[in-house]
Amino acid sequence: MKTMSFTQAVDDAISQAMADDLRIVVFGEDIPLLRRDLLVRFGPKRVRGTPISESAFLGAGVAAAMAGLRPIVEIYMVDFLGVCMDALLNHASKVEAFSGGKWTAPVVVRAPCGGGYGDGGQHEQSLWGWLAHIPGLTVVVPSIPADAGSLMLAALQHDGPVIFLEHKLLSETWLEFLGSGGRRNIEYDVPAQGTRGPVPRMWEPLPIGKAVLRREGTDVTVVSVGVGVHRAMEAAEILEKEKTSVAVLDLRTIAPLDKTTLCEMVAQTGRLLVVDEDYEGFGLSGELAAVLLEADIPFKYARVCTQTTIPYARSMEDHILPNVERIRRAIIELLQPTRNTRG
Amino acid sequence: MLKSRLFEETVTQLWKDGLISGEMHLGTGEEAIIAGVLAHLGADDAMALDHRGTAALLMRGVNPILILRELLGKPNGLCGGMGGHMHLFSKPHLAASSGIVGAEGPTAAGFALAAQYLNPGAVTVAFFGEGAMNQGMLMESINLAATWRLPLVFVCKDDRWSITTQSDSVTGGDLNDRAQWLGVPGVCVDGRDVTEVWEAAQKAIMRARAGEGPFFLRAKCVHFEGHFLGYQLLRAVRNPLREMPKISIPLTQSFLRTSGASWRERVGGLKSVLSAVLSTLRDPRKDPDSDPLRRTRSALQSDRTRLEALEDEVKHEVDNIIAMTMEEESL
Repeated sequence: MKTMSFTQAVDDAISQAMADDLRIVVFGEDIPLLRRDLLVRFGPKRVRGTPISESAFLGAGVAAAMAGLRPIVEIYMVDFLGVCMDALLNHASKVEAFSGGKWTAPVVVRAPCGGGYGDGGQHEQSLWGWLAHIPGLTVVVPSIPADAGSLMLAALQHDGPVIFLEHKLLSETWLEFLGSGGRRNIEYDVPAQGTRGPVPRMWEPLPIGKAVLRREGTDVTVVSVGVGVHRAMEAAEILEKEKTSVAVLDLRTIAPLDKTTLCEMVAQTGRLLVVDEDYEGFGLSGELAAVLLEADIPFKYARVCTQTTIPYARSMEDHILPNVERIRRAIIELLQPTRNTRG
Repeated sequence: MLKSRLFEETVTQLWKDGLISGEMHLGTGEEAIIAGVLAHLGADDAMALDHRGTAALLMRGVNPILILRELLGKPNGLCGGMGGHMHLFSKPHLAASSGIVGAEGPTAAGFALAAQYLNPGAVTVAFFGEGAMNQGMLMESINLAATWRLPLVFVCKDDRWSITTQSDSVTGGDLNDRAQWLGVPGVCVDGRDVTEVWEAAQKAIMRARAGEGPFFLRAKCVHFEGHFLGYQLLRAVRNPLREMPKISIPLTQSFLRTSGASWRERVGGLKSVLSAVLSTLRDPRKDPDSDPLRRTRSALQSDRTRLEALEDEVKHEVDNIIAMTMEEESL
């Protein structure tokens, strides 16, 4: 079977889509270098660089999508969306509603996200909860190469704005570009299962909004996305030796949320642990609890998230981001009989 | 300048040794700009820095040991290990950094506004690259500074590269004209020449102090290590045997794949990739005349003994800083 790295899979799915659909164009800062393989196949009219002017080129991407193109707009890091949030918050997300459902902006915003390599609090955020908060935005966060390619294809076929987040710790391309390229002796805690894996010969779109059970288990259901899924899998394997059976559900899409699968999986174990690299307050972890409460499912609940600004120092960062040990301890605590059952 | 250079050369080694984990943006090559401007700052003046602020903080007198500890991610570093090199802050020096390109504009405008109320006569300096001149918030800040007559000097360190993109390929018009049309006068100087920067900065800062409004000081320079350490284009040029196959093999495969653009378009794409590499090859960073330190040294040749003594003193000081910090590291 063919295998690919995470970023290779995304780029490969894009190149398949670009060969089929002439409306797809790619632009963003440094794109001639970062997407050079697409540039030499599809030419500078469809793959182009931009000035450091996010408000202008993201806003232009949204309107170009309204006018018939299928742009992939790359933002260097999801953190930098702060500079140009208006294009998403007040425009892309609202075109469909404002036009009475008659007009949409099928733009794909591709951005690296996530931490674990020592770049500090302005370059390592996740922010998917912040984005998913806005009605009208679709937010996908794949955790393995096969899903990454298939979800990118689905995003390109979707009839509205999609934010496609690519975790840097899963992307050897990004890690090489940002940190490990010019030296040999730096190590990052990279989850092997997520960085390289089997991919199909031809990409097929993966339905947006479908979670997948990565691991079956009867005691606790851990729900996560991106790198968190791999950290949860590792904790589950450790706990298996201690006769604890942990299920791991990979949401893959934050918005729209796969509420059906979530409710089913948590109902089976009666315990939910959310592992979310994004900020704890007012985000995905609270949302999942709300969905289960609304569905009247009795469950015990805990979460392992990022609570503060992400520290620059790796030694501190490793404790702030959800790690295997924090997940393991949270699961053990969740299994103690003393806690109240919610619902 | 020499202290900053030696300090950052050590940082390079620490990064290569894996003691610094993520990105590392150095100021090597722009020392004359920082030194020439900072020479005119007083105790109440403020600085808005970009993601390469180490040199500016060193020259402003921040304890180098605190900076080095911070870069190493130590809890007793300048920012407790939380900020790192892109987010260096020193409240006593009114110096704030940002890793967001262009953010120096609004920050400097705010510092300058506060000075108008709290510290009349104090000025603020904003340091940023020419790539940031395409960022809306910086353009807005230039206009704001003009309309509010803020005591602010915008220092544009122009190395012609926006990360891996040649800035002129994504920039319309002339940058000095831009500032001028927003109501901020300016000059363009050779940023490798500390005297030239010093003279231009003196006029700009005196003007701002006198309440005559903002000034745009553009200074051209090179960055010896490119955008950051491990910069892909420099790696390709410096170590082609190791780096080029990683780029050229997938590039050729993609170039030859069926379905896609016409050959003419594909060749256009290939030219654009090659142009970045070729421009890096021809880049003036290899020209010894581009090194501000070398130029300063030759200007000071008349008193060679004193120059050597000074340099020895600085080397000794930096060696001590490093030895002290690394000793803690090994404890």
